[in-house]
Amino acid sequence: MNFTLKIWRQANRTAKGHFVDYQVSDIEPDMSFLEMLDVLNEHLVLKGEDPVFFDHDCREGICGACSLFINGRPHGKGEGTTTCQLYMRRFKDGETIVVEPFRAKAFPVIKDLTVDRSAFDQIIQAGGYVSCHTGGVPDGNAILVPKEDADMAMDAASCIGCGACVAACKNASAMLFVAAKVSQLALLPQGKVEAQRRAQAMVAKMDELGFGNCTNTYACQAVCPKRISVSHIARLNRQFLTGKIVRPWKKED
Amino acid sequence: MEEKLQSKIPSGPISEKWTNYKDTQRLINPANKRRLDVIVVGTGLAGASAAATLGELGFNVKVFCIQDSPRRAHSIAAQGGINAAKNYQNDGDSVRRLFEDTVKGGDYRAREANVYRLAEISNNIIDQCVAQGVPFARDYAGMLANRSFGGAQVSRTFYAKGQTGQQLLLGAYGALSKEIHKGTVKLFTRREMLDLVLVEGRARGIIARNLETGDIERHAAHAVVLATGGYGNVFFLSTNAMASNGSAAWRCYKKGAFFANPCFTQIHPTCIPVHGDFQSKLTLMSESLRNDGRIWVPKRKEDVERIRKGELRPIDIPEADRDYYLERRYPAFGNLVPRDVASRAAKERCDAGFGVNGAGLAVYLDFAEAINRLGAKVVEARYGNLFEMYQNIVAENPYETPMMIYPAVHYTMGGLWVDYELQSTVPGLFVAGEANFSDHGANRLGASALMQGLADGYFILPYTLQNYLSDQIREPRISIESAEFEAAECKVRDEIEALLSVKGKETVDSFHRRLGHVMWEYVGMAREKSGLLKAIDLIADLRKEFHQNVLIPNAFGVNVELEKALRVSDFMELGELIARDALQREESCGGHFRVEHQTADGEALRDDEHFNFVAAYEWQGENETPCLYKETLDFESVELKQRNYK
Amino acid sequence: MAVSGAGFVLFLLFHGAMNFVSILSPEGYDAICNFLGANWYAVVGSMGLAVLMGIHVLCGIILTAENLLARGRVRYKRQERPKGVEWSSQNMLAFGLFILFGIVMHLYDFWYRMQFAELMGNEPVNGIEQIRFIFSHNYFSVMYLIWLVVLWFHLSHGVWSMLQSLGWNSEGWKHRWQVIGYMVATVIILLFVCVVIYYWLIYPRM
Repeated sequence: MNFTLKIWRQANRTAKGHFVDYQVSDIEPDMSFLEMLDVLNEHLVLKGEDPVFFDHDCREGICGACSLFINGRPHGKGEGTTTCQLYMRRFKDGETIVVEPFRAKAFPVIKDLTVDRSAFDQIIQAGGYVSCHTGGVPDGNAILVPKEDADMAMDAASCIGCGACVAACKNASAMLFVAAKVSQLALLPQGKVEAQRRAQAMVAKMDELGFGNCTNTYACQAVCPKRISVSHIARLNRQFLTGKIVRPWKKED
Repeated sequence: MEEKLQSKIPSGPISEKWTNYKDTQRLINPANKRRLDVIVVGTGLAGASAAATLGELGFNVKVFCIQDSPRRAHSIAAQGGINAAKNYQNDGDSVRRLFEDTVKGGDYRAREANVYRLAEISNNIIDQCVAQGVPFARDYAGMLANRSFGGAQVSRTFYAKGQTGQQLLLGAYGALSKEIHKGTVKLFTRREMLDLVLVEGRARGIIARNLETGDIERHAAHAVVLATGGYGNVFFLSTNAMASNGSAAWRCYKKGAFFANPCFTQIHPTCIPVHGDFQSKLTLMSESLRNDGRIWVPKRKEDVERIRKGELRPIDIPEADRDYYLERRYPAFGNLVPRDVASRAAKERCDAGFGVNGAGLAVYLDFAEAINRLGAKVVEARYGNLFEMYQNIVAENPYETPMMIYPAVHYTMGGLWVDYELQSTVPGLFVAGEANFSDHGANRLGASALMQGLADGYFILPYTLQNYLSDQIREPRISIESAEFEAAECKVRDEIEALLSVKGKETVDSFHRRLGHVMWEYVGMAREKSGLLKAIDLIADLRKEFHQNVLIPNAFGVNVELEKALRVSDFMELGELIARDALQREESCGGHFRVEHQTADGEALRDDEHFNFVAAYEWQGENETPCLYKETLDFESVELKQRNYK
Repeated sequence: MAVSGAGFVLFLLFHGAMNFVSILSPEGYDAICNFLGANWYAVVGSMGLAVLMGIHVLCGIILTAENLLARGRVRYKRQERPKGVEWSSQNMLAFGLFILFGIVMHLYDFWYRMQFAELMGNEPVNGIEQIRFIFSHNYFSVMYLIWLVVLWFHLSHGVWSMLQSLGWNSEGWKHRWQVIGYMVATVIILLFVCVVIYYWLIYPRM
């Protein structure tokens, strides 16, 4: 298969970027999208040019490192997959493929197709955990969790932190990401104790970092490689609002 | 035992060693802990849990990761589960049994005392993770659910769908994030450790490269914890992540840390077969699939031929013409034999000409029987995400046609040598998780890697590191201005300069691929003296060629090719050591199979009389043969016997 | 947005029902008009609506501005609307502004000549007469119909979106609320549309 690639090239954080056209040929349908980019990069290196920089690591769809906005969608076409699990057989031979970095103020471009997603880490640091320390915890079976809740928590917890939700949202909102963590922990007895505090701390951090607001377009859910549901956002809103109403005087640390 | 290898195993009966250790180790008061700095390299299960716990204790921790976020460490890709001796299923499990299974699974090449401690701690890990909000699978009563795994006759594996590693890592990442928020841990992302800095013989810091800016940085501390994972990518194709590498460990080796059992590499039996030269990595299909999937190849060569030509579909082969070779050869464990046994059996069938894909390098993993017995719904609930992944990659539906699988490099049991305290032969350098060699012997059982990583990080290092640091409280903050740091940084800069100035004609990946071919061909699943000798020669040639002909673009800041070149350069040296170790070990045990040493029916033949030891290598200088030290393994609590899964 | 929006949905339901009365019984409609008039509760209601409107518009503009900023300086070259994402949900501000313009027109047509006139001490026009007068003009009718269609799009997203924002949603109700939202929006708009079309159609016979 042969393709024309329109790839965003940007030398560094401050440089002005632009699209560059590349031709790749003899691509096998069983190659993943990233393997196709490997081929391109190998050619570029041999020609003495700077290879395209893109984040990737596990290449089995779980680490969340790969990103890329491919033909107008984060992780390209295909539901419930990451870019590394996108195979070239899904494209038409001869197709022109536009490859852009995720665009959001909170995700500045580092170089080419790689963006800085450390804002997600900062949101988690603001409270996305159960504040227990190592040791001194009860037996695993001392905390009973209804199976339905455990399953739902698992669904939320499967977030890989790739940022596709932010990339697809016209508001660059991180609500689905925040909601996945808040909801996972709010569903479990272990996490319920500080659920409202957590929701407020994380939402405050999200706003501070320059993510947009949620206007319920549900684009996040549509592109999430782990198919995380927006109903978790409703749970986040619930925790957040009850927190605001029930304990508005509490200072968050 | 050799002078240089003091394993420091505490005295007393095996079940009391760890308790005795904890009761007598030295502690540090909180005010002093604040004055002590610890560097943790790596944020996988071992690194993140260690950094978080050390931060909680009050140490000043600096943690480094190669990815853009600690949450992406490759522990995240572990699918199946984590073992613990809870005996929640009332099926006869106990700490003792988990200990014995692990020692036996490792083919009696692990240190008994370490393994017992691991089994003991396993239960605390589950409790800890539950408290953190890890959404383990539950039954309708709300209790924790279990599944069974290879190498065990009890159900002791806890799991969170097919994403257990991810969930455990996110738990540890949460704990780490909590400490970062509190300020006890400082996080450095997109950093790669390029050297260990020794001051007066102690590990006192690291040299790291900032992968975004290209800056070479110095970081100092009172102690260094290495949790940088395994070196499976020396084979180029493996189930490891693209950035997984052995450089940090290798550079510590070159600074005096001994490298133990490098030839103990694990080939995982259930991976998606290789399907092209362009392929960048192999994808694992969880071992848990062997709970319900049955492995087979056709009995008749004609059927194999017709399948390869696409004239026959596997589902059309009648039961009588199928060879369920694992069930045939190992009736007691069947499809649940340990990984090394399952992998070799697959290779045996494919070598005999029964491989079912075009390349003849695949066997079937069939769920038809499970779907009949349990219904497609139950099968979907158990393995849905794995089936989906398989279908996505291979474009075949495993509900309708059997999966094709083949063994692939997955885990490295070998690693830096550590004593009972997880301290290497360099004082102040501690090694945790897959990066050390300690607990899995010659073969790791499924669901034990997660257990070991978290045991090291949450429950062992916080004690043993404290014991080490207790006499360091008068040591002021380590300066990065010392001559040692200067020298280490210069060395790294020179090395980078040298690589950039080669300006050859071949890409790094091409060299890596060639190294991988050599390793897989001669140092892979079946090893033989002549092949190993050949591999050593081939690697030496390849190394020479690499340093004369590698092509790395000169770029400021981000330079991925340079990152890879540094890693591949180390992999070549490491590959050679693996081959040397495999050559030296004239026996078959666990993941190490020497063709010369097998029973009449093709089973691994161990030689306890001559090889009941840990092989630890000391670096002697560039192009010098490393010096081999042997730590003899004393088995006091388990009886040393030939493994039998029949 | 959700809370102020909720106020409008309730108001529209009432307004729509009241208008519909004008078809069933013009006298009844007049009675309601007189009942409301410039009485204190109606004035307070109007004031409340005005405040609500202010909040809704202001919030909408601030939110959209924040969201535009959050997207960053460089835009995507190519962006698709994924399956399951409503067109309306992505254009709420545009609809909102159009609706605002419609409201100004509407307030001038009716409220200015009725409640406002009464407040100023002038004689208010008769409600039913005014309806007949306005919708006797084709261009007025068409403009009102377009306005109502836009309002329908705005509501079709707004109603269920409000429930989601307030946290009244769950996996099981996610779809149901969407359907209910569509139904509510449709009922409201139909009530208004009926009035427009009814008076437009009957005009020649008067």
